[in-house]
Amino acid sequence: MNPNEAPQPPIDVTAEQAILDEAARVRKAGHSRRTFLFKLSLAANGLVGAVMAVPILGYLFGAATKKAEAQNSWIDLGPLSNFPEGETRLATFRNPVTTAWDGQTGDIPCWVRRVSGTTFQVFAINCAHLGCPVRWFAESKLFLCPCHGGAYYEDGSRASGPPERGLFEYEHKLSGDSLMISAGRMPTLAAAVAKEPELTQIAGVTPTSATPTPKPRCASCQD
Amino acid sequence: MPGLKQTGLKQTGIAVYQWLEHRLGLGTPIIEAVTHEVPESTASWWYVFGSAATVLLVMQVMTGILLGLVYTPSAGHAWASLEFLNHSVKLGWFLRALHGWGSDFMIAIVLIHMAQVFLFGAYKFPRELTWMVGVLCLLLTLGMAFTGQVLRFDQDAYWGLGIGASIVSRVPVLGGSLVNVMLGGPIIAGPTLTRFFALHVFIIPGLLIAFVGVHLWMVLRLGINDWPMPGRLVSKSTYERDYHKLTHDTGIPFVPDAAWKDAIFAAAIMLAVMACAFFFGPFGPTGQPDPTIIQTAPKPDFAFLWIYAVLAYLPPSMETPVLFIAPVLGIGAMLLLPLFSPQAEKHWSRRPIAVLMVSVIAVVLGVFTHLGTYTPWSPLMDAWSSDPIPVSYLHNRTPLERQGALVLQDKQCRNCHSVGGSGGLRGPALDGISTRMTQDQIIRQVLQGGGNMPAYGNALNPSETAALVSFLMTLDSHNEPNAVDTSRDVVNGTPATAAPSSVK
Repeated sequence: MNPNEAPQPPIDVTAEQAILDEAARVRKAGHSRRTFLFKLSLAANGLVGAVMAVPILGYLFGAATKKAEAQNSWIDLGPLSNFPEGETRLATFRNPVTTAWDGQTGDIPCWVRRVSGTTFQVFAINCAHLGCPVRWFAESKLFLCPCHGGAYYEDGSRASGPPERGLFEYEHKLSGDSLMISAGRMPTLAAAVAKEPELTQIAGVTPTSATPTPKPRCASCQD
Repeated sequence: MPGLKQTGLKQTGIAVYQWLEHRLGLGTPIIEAVTHEVPESTASWWYVFGSAATVLLVMQVMTGILLGLVYTPSAGHAWASLEFLNHSVKLGWFLRALHGWGSDFMIAIVLIHMAQVFLFGAYKFPRELTWMVGVLCLLLTLGMAFTGQVLRFDQDAYWGLGIGASIVSRVPVLGGSLVNVMLGGPIIAGPTLTRFFALHVFIIPGLLIAFVGVHLWMVLRLGINDWPMPGRLVSKSTYERDYHKLTHDTGIPFVPDAAWKDAIFAAAIMLAVMACAFFFGPFGPTGQPDPTIIQTAPKPDFAFLWIYAVLAYLPPSMETPVLFIAPVLGIGAMLLLPLFSPQAEKHWSRRPIAVLMVSVIAVVLGVFTHLGTYTPWSPLMDAWSSDPIPVSYLHNRTPLERQGALVLQDKQCRNCHSVGGSGGLRGPALDGISTRMTQDQIIRQVLQGGGNMPAYGNALNPSETAALVSFLMTLDSHNEPNAVDTSRDVVNGTPATAAPSSVK
């Protein structure tokens, strides 16, 4: 370095340093500002994500919030003459909740046992063990399941095998000359086709199976 | 001049590659990745299963997309579209067969890969996470198999969904809601199929491809597991240094020195899949997914037969706890395994418990799967009308005894009990029953049931019972004497007669 020029640089250096410091300060402030803005943008996106999650989860789990009562409705299984006394017969119905593309899967079978006169039992097709279709054997008066060998007596009570309980039963009633059942949902251990208690039980009045017509329910009605 | 032309072509090729590479920049890292050095000992036929599983995954994705050109994920049309694929689309049957057999092969290869990795101690430091991601890949592969079985929308798929929903319904408190989420509605129908379609086609494959990518990335990053040597212990402080030294000393480029074995094995597996597809054809579809056709004995696909068998043998009271606790423990144990034993011995000859575990698990899965193929716990629904009593069993019998044989047949006893080697296996075979049980015991068993047999008191009148028991008392194997209750001798003062004269 030229010694003649030596006195000059200190001034330059200081000024230059000041400029550099200023630039660094501005850059640092800018960085700090941009970091803050980036964090803000993350927060904004998090918020948008949270808001968006509401409809997505609602869509995904919408089916879970449907109550059984909203999905069951009264279905006509046909005239009583279809079910001879003392016999157990397979009946099928179109599920009340269907889509246009359900095809055959919308047709649900069930076992109708006419004990006598107006006394009926309507059993779900699904084994109480794991839901396979049970078959009625009139000669041995048993329902047998092909999957794991569950067996039920003619009244639906458990006979043997892995099921923990008897067959699921549909609530039923007689309306005029036809047998109606309350159905709509696949019977499982969680959503067993429950027998609902009568809404009013007046002392001295014997409830019969032909009770006053309950309020009809529809699939789209929210309970 | 051909020589000149060739040189020109080659130069053009190189120029095109360089033009692309200058812009894309992927060629160099890919070449570096595939030619990275691996310890010479790992160029083994034991190290080919992972790459074969990946090749199968690629084939499954390709055949799956091709099937997607035709398959219709609508409950009302899926079955018909499969039939259409089988019979009306040129080579549709072959594509379905490739996809189906590819699935079975993939599960088998993934399981073999897992057993090999376990026995070679490859899950130990520093490859713990590689193992865990591998466990997730196995679960996703099984998830693909189950959802794929549902998309083959036939009777088995329909009732398989019923079984799935019934299992889910046992979840405490949340069961009912979970069933609705699984089925997409109150019953197994259109929305159920579309859910499983989305799972099988978008969600699970997306996850699987991502996890396989992570798995492969870690294999590249950490190096393939060195061939274990008895006594060479894994220690977190020295392993990586030793491994790099081993690679440095004995390293060979993966491509081509080691990879040729992977390639040969993958080709052999693909040939095997194609051969199975060609000779055995596609799986199903079985009957239409019409729940009103109840003449069916639903069964899951091969990979799940063992679960089906376990569910038949569990005592009813244990079923729900086992269904939900066992998978958590099993999957948890698989995931956490490398965290519990990340160091020490890798070689199978010094890990007897590891060898024992693999053997026991393989035997258990094998036995249950075998049982699942012939379901001895299930009644044979048509045995009573299709399996006649052997003629020799009716020779020299009284009319009452022959009537008893008729009762045995009519009352569907054969659905659960075999006679002369045919009939159900649910209950004990009736050959030789008269030598095992006294007449009184047989009457009690028939009328009151018990020990997993229903009571037939309501289904038999007294004369039917008398006839049935008199026939059963003739079923003595090789003319052995009938079982007698010695107390009878005392009460009657005479030896009890073996042959019954009358039954009340």
